[in-house]
Amino acid sequence: MKEKVSDRVGSAFGGETYEQDVIVIGAGGAGLRAAIEARLQGLSVGLICKSLLGKAHTVMAEGGAAAALAYVDNRDSWKVHFRDTLRGGKFLNNYKMALLHAQEAPDRIKELEAWGALFDRTEDGRILQRNFGGHRFPRLAHVGDRTGLEIIRTLQDKAVHLGIDVYMECTITKLLKDGDKISGALGYWRTTGESVLFKAKAIVLATGGFGKAYRVTSNSWEYTGDGHALAYHAGADLIDMEFVQFHPTGMVWPLSVKGILVTEGVRGDGGILKNSKGERFMFRYIPDLYKAETSDTEEEANRWLAGDKSARRPPELLTRDVVAKAIVKEVKEGRGSPHSGVFLDIASRRSAEDIKRKLPGMYQQFKELAGIDITKEPMEVAPTCHYAMGGVRVDAETAAATVPGLFAAGECAGGMHGANRLGGNSLSDLLVFGRRAGLGAAEYAKKLSSQPTVDMGEVQQAQQQMSEPFERSRGETAYKIISDLQEMMETYVGIVREEKELSLAVEKIQQLKKRAQNVCATGDKAYNPGWNYALDLTSLLTVSEAIILAAKERKESRGALTRIDYPNTEEDWGKVNVVIRKKGTEMTVAKEPLSEMPEELKALLQETI
Amino acid sequence: MHKATLPKELETTGLGKTARKDKWLFEPLWTGLGFAIFVVYSTWGALNPGPAGHPYYEWGPYLSPFFSPLFLVKAWPDWWPKILRTPALFVLWAPLGFRATCYYFRKFFYRTYLLDPPGCAVGEARSHNYKGEKGFFIYQNLHRWFLYPAVALVIILFYDGVKAFFFADGFGIGVGSLVLIIEPILIALFTFSCNSFRHLVGGNLDCYSCSFSNRARYQVWGKVSLLNRNHMFWFWISLGWVGFSDFYVRMVAMGIWTDWRIL
Amino acid sequence: MEKLIFKVYRGDSGKGELKEYQIEVDEGMVVLDAIHKLQATQAPDLACRWNCKAGRCGSCSAEINGFPKLMCMTRIDELPKGNPITVEPMKAFPIIKDLVTDVSWNYEVNKTIPPFTPKPPEPDGTWRMQQKDIDRVQEFRKCIECFLCQDVCHVLRNHNKHSQFIGPRFLIRVASLEMHPLDTVDRRELLKDQFGIGFCNITKCCTEVCPERITITDNAIIPLKERVVDRYYDPLAWLIRQLKRVFKPSAK
Repeated sequence: MKEKVSDRVGSAFGGETYEQDVIVIGAGGAGLRAAIEARLQGLSVGLICKSLLGKAHTVMAEGGAAAALAYVDNRDSWKVHFRDTLRGGKFLNNYKMALLHAQEAPDRIKELEAWGALFDRTEDGRILQRNFGGHRFPRLAHVGDRTGLEIIRTLQDKAVHLGIDVYMECTITKLLKDGDKISGALGYWRTTGESVLFKAKAIVLATGGFGKAYRVTSNSWEYTGDGHALAYHAGADLIDMEFVQFHPTGMVWPLSVKGILVTEGVRGDGGILKNSKGERFMFRYIPDLYKAETSDTEEEANRWLAGDKSARRPPELLTRDVVAKAIVKEVKEGRGSPHSGVFLDIASRRSAEDIKRKLPGMYQQFKELAGIDITKEPMEVAPTCHYAMGGVRVDAETAAATVPGLFAAGECAGGMHGANRLGGNSLSDLLVFGRRAGLGAAEYAKKLSSQPTVDMGEVQQAQQQMSEPFERSRGETAYKIISDLQEMMETYVGIVREEKELSLAVEKIQQLKKRAQNVCATGDKAYNPGWNYALDLTSLLTVSEAIILAAKERKESRGALTRIDYPNTEEDWGKVNVVIRKKGTEMTVAKEPLSEMPEELKALLQETI
Repeated sequence: MHKATLPKELETTGLGKTARKDKWLFEPLWTGLGFAIFVVYSTWGALNPGPAGHPYYEWGPYLSPFFSPLFLVKAWPDWWPKILRTPALFVLWAPLGFRATCYYFRKFFYRTYLLDPPGCAVGEARSHNYKGEKGFFIYQNLHRWFLYPAVALVIILFYDGVKAFFFADGFGIGVGSLVLIIEPILIALFTFSCNSFRHLVGGNLDCYSCSFSNRARYQVWGKVSLLNRNHMFWFWISLGWVGFSDFYVRMVAMGIWTDWRIL
Repeated sequence: MEKLIFKVYRGDSGKGELKEYQIEVDEGMVVLDAIHKLQATQAPDLACRWNCKAGRCGSCSAEINGFPKLMCMTRIDELPKGNPITVEPMKAFPIIKDLVTDVSWNYEVNKTIPPFTPKPPEPDGTWRMQQKDIDRVQEFRKCIECFLCQDVCHVLRNHNKHSQFIGPRFLIRVASLEMHPLDTVDRRELLKDQFGIGFCNITKCCTEVCPERITITDNAIIPLKERVVDRYYDPLAWLIRQLKRVFKPSAK
């Protein structure tokens, strides 16, 4: 169990040392599920959380977890789910991941029920599923608008009783290697600021995304791309970094709540988008790919809402990339709401009672933070940075990264979602691949004959680096640099991008990196956010640079990447991933081919259902 | 791990110590005063049944709820204290016991009279050996014992209420009839909104859809739950009305007020 | 924009002070925004927990003007004008630094609750449950573990019964298991003894502070107390049990 081995290590390292078979970094859904699986394999498992246990970003997931259970519409199957996922990802997904995901998601959801989760029910007592953008059939298992909370709490309680060692409020700053293999991780306790060393045979990264690279985001302070940066510096590949999902509906007013998420469930349950002229503008933005399955008249969309299965889905339920771009265009062309958003209206579509029952969180959020009663008035919404499609390149079956002993799951892994993630696919992603990562790590650790050795010189150097912000007497605070970085990313690397601005961003990021070398912290190490941010800043800069370089490399528009200088989707670009890799100290960019999909799967994609 | 001592800047133990800036004292004050008035009046009322031939608890078809059901003692034993020679004695223990162990009353009683705590996030007297309802107050678990007679009493009070419409000259409606029919309605709302009652009708089930009787009990439980949300309101309004009912009958019986016949 | 005076606790569990700051506030700002502004401009090392900033994770618990609240859901314009706004850490737990307290006790308590143990599933490996069977439990599962109820509960706050009483948060959790239509474990003996439900004198402060508006006392704690009464204190239930024992002699 939690074995403190500081004494054995001797004086080379001053802090605490723990030794474990598998270390999982990140305690959201993916991390918890990975830890559970590795523990079920009989290994000693440590779970590291940047915050307290149960506060990770999964808790913010609202709408639901997509799984083709076919309880609500029996036409659904893993085949349709697979097809929808690839169409949503604009065919750039790692098809093996999308396939495993579609096939295994139902079992992962049922498993949660066996662990005590209580999803909303259908009339015949099964799990109720709701509609969501890009999903052909109602597919999202949900609990009102707090599905993520249900999932994280279920996993948390399961983990607690399995004897997993939990290290709370601990941030990892470096992965350690023995030759080419992973050997451990170094970090610090947030509460004391003291360093801590974890020795492990295998490490699973489940650190989530990097929304904090942007100013308007639905993500919390934790989301600084730590896992992406750790993996990158450890020599792993990052793919699809150019694809950053902007969720179409974030709050816009008051200013202090700008970016807070408004669940897609609002649209899934019938909510519609209108511009300042009162037009339901989404009818004008239906891409060819979705023409066959999307209503083109309000009359048909209304029939769909009333439950007519022959009616096609309303255009508000197009994929997130499409809706976000449409909103940006409406605002740009002068048809936006007073605070540069559009109107999301559920009040005129559902009864007040229904809204309060199905969307209680949204109701409270608007009532308390914006003074708006969503059962009576429309909400004002605009896109907000929400999710990273890009991440650590992994093997679909085992979630293994390109570095032996390193695994990644959930948002910090890349490939599963291609160029755009469908809503609801991330909760199922983290269950499916969390489990696979835990299993992969356990199998790897079991095969390893001995504990890899940690290079204490490397540890000391990294430890020294951590303290540097305190040693600078003059310099800027991390707050200032992060805020400038966020503004730069929003201005030059936002929803709509072009070469000129991306080139400028390349210059700006270099300047910011220079400034970061002078970042300073005051006070002492104990629970000092100024210092913590200074360390997070390193990760943020790394991922930001990767986003910029990848976006600059891909000369087309696809899914979440919109290049106004290359507005079309190019077939050739659909066959390659942009890969970011560290060579020496340089960040390099490469194009590498996607693996070829078997014909029978290809056939599924073109099916009109 | 236990709570460490707080630095003195943050210390809020010590009676009434708090950083709260709102008027938290208001609620315990009015409820405390309101209840004290009731206790004083009801004690006085119960102990003053009036002269034997001309009791103050009865007038025409009206009977004060403090004395219902009426148990008349022909001759009290000599050793029985004079002050306690009242028929209310046989009755009042039930509603008083029911109210004194009521979950709402407990909240109010502990807060207002025992100052344990006087308000949320408000400090308490420094050292007292708190045992909650594990020590002396374990008797609060008797609430259910009192619920059973309380339900019986509702029926009896309804009987009294209906009887109050039948005067010596036949059916009629006096102001007193109305007072005495409203009274059991309020008592019923208080009794059937009780948390114990809510538990017994359906709260103790884990699966509402699993059998016919469970489905039926779910319906009842749902209704009782609705009532239960306002248990505090029913507590106060029924308490006040019962007191007023006794007062009304007493005033009429004493000849101070005249009962106005509507019909 | 107007300038307001905030008094924020700075220090640890040994010593500290309510330090005064002037902060410019905009329309619609919540207390957490003010704290963030303070960190970015005047006090970079001011410690405070937060994550979602939307009332969903339960990290930013504190005492604002003496009342336990989430900082992210407390709008500044709804606080009384004129007086300085005080922001203090929770008081039922040891202070680590500034607004951050050591809440690890809660995680230890959670481990002592016997886990969910379902009855056997239907032949297809799943269960059937009606919405009405789970409505009650879903209310309890809304809990975001902000621990404000633990903070305000005088049994913990004033009487330090941390070793004998699990507090409202975990009574909610026990309720969510006990009333779960699939669960098979009986936790009433634990409730009465180890979990110390008798320490609760139902003064309902937990319900008053719950940011998720869970009716903690009336829907969870009192029903649990009633279930304990069923087993240990109800004369009628006792009689029925005895009769059952007499008329159904261990046939099975």
